Amino acid sequence: MSTATAGSLQEHEVAHHFEDLEQEFESHRFGMWLFMASEIMMFGALLTGGLFLLYLHPDAFAQGRAHLDWRLGALNTFFLLTSGFTMARAAAFAQKAEQGKVRTNLLLSLALAAGFLVVKCIEYKAKFHHGLLPGNAFHGAGFTSPHAHIFFGYYFVTTGLHALHVLVGMGLMIWCLKVSNRVRFTRAYYTPVEMAGIYWALVDLVWIFLFPLLYLVG
Amino acid sequence: MTAHAENINYLKTTRGLKSWLTTVDHKRIGLMYLASILVFFITGGLYAMLFRLELWSPEKNFLTPDQYNNFFTLHGVIMVFLVVVPGIPGALGNFVLPLQIGAKDLAFPKLNLTSLYLYWIGAALAIISLFAGHADSGWTFYAPYSLSKNPAVLWMLTAAFILGFSSILTGLNFIVTIHKMRAPGMTWFRMPLFIWALYATAIMQVFATPVLGITLILLLVENFFHIGIFDPALGGDPILMQHFFWFYSHPAVYIIVVPGFGIASELISAFSKREIFGYKFIAYSSVAITIIGFLVWGHHMFVAGQSEVADTIFSFLTFFTAIPSAIKVFNWTTTLYKGSISLQTPMLYGLQILFNFTIGGLTGIILAILSVDIHLHDTYFVVSHFHYVAMGTTMIAFIGGVHYWWPKMTGKMFNEFWGRLASILVFIGFNTTFFVQLIMGSQGSPRRYYHYLKEFQIYHQISTTGILILATGLFMALINLLLSLRGPSNAPQNPWGARTLEWEVAETPPVLFNFKETPVVTHGPYEFATEKS
Repeated sequence: MSTATAGSLQEHEVAHHFEDLEQEFESHRFGMWLFMASEIMMFGALLTGGLFLLYLHPDAFAQGRAHLDWRLGALNTFFLLTSGFTMARAAAFAQKAEQGKVRTNLLLSLALAAGFLVVKCIEYKAKFHHGLLPGNAFHGAGFTSPHAHIFFGYYFVTTGLHALHVLVGMGLMIWCLKVSNRVRFTRAYYTPVEMAGIYWALVDLVWIFLFPLLYLVG
Repeated sequence: MTAHAENINYLKTTRGLKSWLTTVDHKRIGLMYLASILVFFITGGLYAMLFRLELWSPEKNFLTPDQYNNFFTLHGVIMVFLVVVPGIPGALGNFVLPLQIGAKDLAFPKLNLTSLYLYWIGAALAIISLFAGHADSGWTFYAPYSLSKNPAVLWMLTAAFILGFSSILTGLNFIVTIHKMRAPGMTWFRMPLFIWALYATAIMQVFATPVLGITLILLLVENFFHIGIFDPALGGDPILMQHFFWFYSHPAVYIIVVPGFGIASELISAFSKREIFGYKFIAYSSVAITIIGFLVWGHHMFVAGQSEVADTIFSFLTFFTAIPSAIKVFNWTTTLYKGSISLQTPMLYGLQILFNFTIGGLTGIILAILSVDIHLHDTYFVVSHFHYVAMGTTMIAFIGGVHYWWPKMTGKMFNEFWGRLASILVFIGFNTTFFVQLIMGSQGSPRRYYHYLKEFQIYHQISTTGILILATGLFMALINLLLSLRGPSNAPQNPWGARTLEWEVAETPPVLFNFKETPVVTHGPYEFATEKS
């Protein structure tokens, strides 16, 4: 059902330099995919570095992993994958012009993303508590590998950068909610939700690689 | 804005500094890039002049060893990240790309302005670095040189990271524009070769730059938190850093040079009044260089302790880049054959590209040979090879391109006599500076050294003389262009008789949205009437 307030929503206006709505939409979507490709190259390099460090210091990774709780990691994987589903639903409803359901699904995604960050904070807090920190700050007990600090350094860099992307993704969801109050989404125009959805897929994807590399392998 | 405003010259639609700083017009953004890049080109050039003068004799003249390290680092960082990488795409690509494919603007005009602002922010951080101490890591930021928590290096790392973002967004904008914004009839194989070159470049910007981005982030994190990814003292691997760095920075060399190839194709065809020879081969060769360019980074690390297998593969792949490069050189030469060549200023730069790039390319093949590279690695031979490409090809193309599109940008014609004289001085100056460095390097003179053996002094002195001639030529060209701004708006719509849209259809200077009505393209970019069938 379209919302009762649908009458107050505006139609989207095509920007001056595009010929039509289709050209505009296609350009935006293509641009977003390219940006994702760029992000994948960045995380790809970071993960390659991680695999190399795993090869260089397998004992550091094995001992470090023992201090991560795979159950918390799995819970976060569940949060992210579910939010990926609700984002996809939001984009699908936007195409059907069901403004209300778009908003519901955006809010659900936002809540799941926040849940992810809460769990992440709990994990970080535990690491700080046990001194499982990068470099000179490392004073974890019971490690035989002299390079255990590298594992935790790598852990904080990768999960920190990923968490930053989660925050940006949440910002995009809030932006979509704002736009949904103003502009009517249609089959021809649902660009903001599509963009945020593509971005969120990347956040999911990166985590799917990070989770095993940090919590399971080694 | 009234409908009327759309049909007047883009320089006159609105006035005042604010109208420029908030513009989303690709033409104005291009001009702002052009001005910024020229400022940094002069800055980077002055650093080069200073340390070349220091090298006039082996003992100390007026720079301490510390200042010398600082100056060559600044020269490298400024020239690479602020001049040659953003140069042609940012200034000329921005201005010309939508005009050449018949679009009203780039696909994302606001993002384009964002790129420019990121460029300025990156530049500002680089300037802060100048005052924060002596950046001395070289432009390559190798670990552990870059891990000493030197504030100047930290600012430089941040600057390079921001500039990388700017570069990615420009590349992204270009790719989408080329795919989605072409005018009716502008098929892929009717696109000017400059567009093909920008397209190939943009792919590298989007796919390679993020790897540099993460490398710089890791270096910064390493400086502050001692993660131990790159720092050997902490159990990290500095060679990993080199792999990451060159995974970007080799494609970056092609990001630097491929747009220059594009300009060469435009100039050589337009001033020979002849259809470019082997259009598709040149177009595909840009794409081929892009693909191979991603697979050759290890040739920077032949003496860094890489495995022999890796060395051999990288050497082999590097030879491959010679094929698309040679296709371009041969096709440009063949285009000249039986053409009606007119030696106007832009063409003089076009011919220099042909000459300089032949040397730059062939010396690259020499360096790809493993056994020879062990001798030549880190000598002046490498410095010269790189400058034949980055300066002799890219910057010469940039300057040639600026002359070529100057009338379209400003509506003014520059003085042809001074323009030609300047370009001849540039040619003599450049080759004097760098040819001797090939000889010096082949005799084993190492790069980046403050002191050198007495027998190399004559080469250093020739080289330093060369840079003075080069600087004279460059300033002459600049003054000549700037003086034309005071003259009458005398540029005709198509002063060179070129066949591409920006000359044939767009007015001089173009109107706000480039064309009064969307052009319909009915012929290729180089179909000259005078041509014999």
